[in-house]
Amino acid sequence: MSGELEQMYQELILDHARTPEGKGDPSVHPFTHHELNPSCGDEITVGITVTNGAIAGLAWEGDGCSISMSSASIMSGLVDGITREEALALIGEFREMMRSRGSVEPSEALGDAAAFQNTAKYVMRVKCAMLAWVALEADLKASA
Amino acid sequence: MLTPLGAPLRADFPFFRAHPRTAYLDTGATSQRPETVIAAEADFVRHDYAAVHRGSSMATGEATSAFETARERVASFIGAGEREIVWTQGATDALNMIALGIADASVGLGGDRFALRAGDEIVVTEAEHHANLIPWQRLAARTGAVLKWARVDDRGLWTIDGILEQVTGRTRLIAFAHVSNVTGQIAPVADVVAIARSVGALTVLDACQSVPHMPIDVAALGVDFAAFSAHKMLGPNGIGVLYGRAELLDELPPARTGGSMIKVVTMEEATFLPAPNRFEAGTQPVSQVVGFSAAIDYLERLGMDQVAAHEHEIGQALVEAVVRIPGVRLVGPAEGEPRGALVSVTVDGVHAHDVGQFLDDRGITVRTGHHCAQPLHRALGTPSSTRASAGVYSTRDDVAAFGAALAEVRAFFGADR
Repeated sequence: MSGELEQMYQELILDHARTPEGKGDPSVHPFTHHELNPSCGDEITVGITVTNGAIAGLAWEGDGCSISMSSASIMSGLVDGITREEALALIGEFREMMRSRGSVEPSEALGDAAAFQNTAKYVMRVKCAMLAWVALEADLKASA
Repeated sequence: MLTPLGAPLRADFPFFRAHPRTAYLDTGATSQRPETVIAAEADFVRHDYAAVHRGSSMATGEATSAFETARERVASFIGAGEREIVWTQGATDALNMIALGIADASVGLGGDRFALRAGDEIVVTEAEHHANLIPWQRLAARTGAVLKWARVDDRGLWTIDGILEQVTGRTRLIAFAHVSNVTGQIAPVADVVAIARSVGALTVLDACQSVPHMPIDVAALGVDFAAFSAHKMLGPNGIGVLYGRAELLDELPPARTGGSMIKVVTMEEATFLPAPNRFEAGTQPVSQVVGFSAAIDYLERLGMDQVAAHEHEIGQALVEAVVRIPGVRLVGPAEGEPRGALVSVTVDGVHAHDVGQFLDDRGITVRTGHHCAQPLHRALGTPSSTRASAGVYSTRDDVAAFGAALAEVRAFFGADR
């Protein structure tokens, strides 16, 4: 084994993929958005409730690879309770890291999502990691 | 035995010099090219490049000669007449040209025999590649024809009875793949052709996964149209073939119009050349055609009977390598049943992209995803699968590496816990 594969599929990522957090019925929330990756068929729906400008509730459901599912799980924990602006900034930072082929070092704000820095080296998997974040971004824009 | 295929051929392919340890099992998507194909194309561009069928220069004459000689090569390779070979951008382009030509006929732009009316029927199978499905969806939408399909079972297989159930006196066209790019199922072409003829329907054969891998005689198969791509058979990208029986091609309206395909043009209208030139509008990809011809030369030196025997062996070895791995589900024909030189699997608890990433890390190149066959995967109950597909250079070592790595996938991702 090269070791590069373990860098990408860290235990943290595989654990989240096996036992994801934040999964639930997104339709109980007022803002929902569905994202599909047509190249692989991965899909996710993220629903949120925004109260006083902050994310007061989030649930997602989806079907996909371990990268897309663990990314949704980690994202759910990170954005719980933070403001719209903080969430949008976090999405922006995550996107920048994912598009940098791993060259942009994640700040502390990204928390466990920093684990995807190695995924960013695999161009074909960046969309997998971004799927949930793009759906959340659409929800946040709709809630403005 | 004549030339043994597999490992001894690798020296002919620059890709394997650059990647000596790669098990390349993605020939179903696109094949590697031998040096002779790359050199033929490059030499033509360096020394003989000119427009074809235009002007009167010596260079144009030489290029036109190379272009037409290649057409004869391809025609004899599949048992067709040279007027029955139309150059296209690839198989997708060829299938679209048939559908768009029929659409033109249906609005009175010539080729009345092809015209579809509301209530006419087009029959396909649920296993088709999107390129042999969406053009017929669009044709049905344009003409009011009804698109029907033979269903697949939980292994992704369709049957001749499934076709029979859909065919009626209103069926005008049946389109199907000779070898499925996902399941590897080999179609009963003669039976489908017999059914089509009994109701006066045309047949369209997607031959992308058959022409590269077995001897094909289109006249003996009896299909009306066929399509295939050079890049899946050791040739260049951007060139493929629309085969059609000459009397049909002479009447099918040309989907694309412009230079080099006309007889007389006035400000009001135009008349078109006979086939094949009526379908070849615009400047033609002549160097790709020359490369394609070199690919046919290479395959014929091996002998297509030899190629078919080698790929049958590799196809069966691929099945044997996967069927006894716990948690791995085989798609398509069972062990020992006829199939093309490919195998698709799903892995319990592991997404196909994760499977592919793991195999890639082991130096094994496969295809993951829906393989441009979403309806088939929906019928299989999975959004995606992992496919290993072989070519003339594939070896039992490639198969062994694939099987060994696949056996480790579930443990790596913790799906066996």
